[in-house]
Amino acid sequence: MIVIMNGFEHEVTPNTNLADLVAKVSTAISGIAVAVNDEVVPRHSWSATALSSGARIEVLTAVQGG
Amino acid sequence: MVDGFVLGGEVWASRLIMGTGGVPSLTILREALIASGTQITTIAMRRVNPTTSGSIFDLLKELNIAPLPNTAGCYTAGEAILTAHLAREALATNWIKLEVIADDFTLMPDPIETITAATRLVTEGFVVLAYTNDDPVLASKLEAIGCAAVMPLGAPIGSGLGIRNPHNIQLMRERISAPIILDAGIGTASDAALAMELGCDGVLLASAVTRAEQPKLMAEAMKYAVLAGRRAYLAGRIPKRWHANASSPGRETPRLSKEALIDSVNAQEAHRESPLF
Repeated sequence: MIVIMNGFEHEVTPNTNLADLVAKVSTAISGIAVAVNDEVVPRHSWSATALSSGARIEVLTAVQGG
Repeated sequence: MVDGFVLGGEVWASRLIMGTGGVPSLTILREALIASGTQITTIAMRRVNPTTSGSIFDLLKELNIAPLPNTAGCYTAGEAILTAHLAREALATNWIKLEVIADDFTLMPDPIETITAATRLVTEGFVVLAYTNDDPVLASKLEAIGCAAVMPLGAPIGSGLGIRNPHNIQLMRERISAPIILDAGIGTASDAALAMELGCDGVLLASAVTRAEQPKLMAEAMKYAVLAGRRAYLAGRIPKRWHANASSPGRETPRLSKEALIDSVNAQEAHRESPLF
């Protein structure tokens, strides 16, 4: 199935969880936050969070700004 | 002089909050942050880029500077609220610089979306520092909602035009007791000093330092400008007057020539006849 992470489509197997997906773009152990379909998913819940087809995932971190 | 700045329930020695946008490298940013003496620094939340090396968050941790995430780039209350939630999750802070802009051209804050987002975030326990226009009425409403600080712009973001309406900032100071942090528009040290002289509790600036020819040197200038302006505000400036007022004693002036004495008498008479305002 297809999910959209940070604006790009990713083909994933149906048993892929959120932790597996986030690992594709970041292995940082802190400083990262994830929203699935506009809801924040806390880090401790990533591996227990299943993905559904078409899910929109945003993986954010702090950058220079302001 | 002990003059602690209370913000979000904590006391800060520095009244200068730095931004980090526009600096060419983390090395230059590091030097500038140290030179500024800042203890709070803003950062933005963006999609992770796996190719980026070095982390601003790690740099702030190393320098023992509190991160102040912002909601820059948000146009609606909904986007700003979600960004605040993500920042809290990523950075383990409930502080948020709420910034909801109306359009890309002016980068002016949208007051309606700002009020909506601030109301919700305060209810959720965030320490909300709200970016706003230089409008004393709106500032009062943000204070009433429970914002930890109001952050009026001096001029549009990145313009370096200084404080375009000092009267409004002064009026804001008279009307609200929440911390006021002058945000946006600072171009050089005298702008930062003026903000503090008008009664602001702090100054937030980025471009003035990060885009200066020598960021580290300008950061140092800003540190002293904020200190100088704050002291001048506390000291109480003299009233302005139209005419000179000699600081040396006028009595017992020696009579060194006949002409000098006549000039002096004429000057005193002319002064007595001129109207005061």
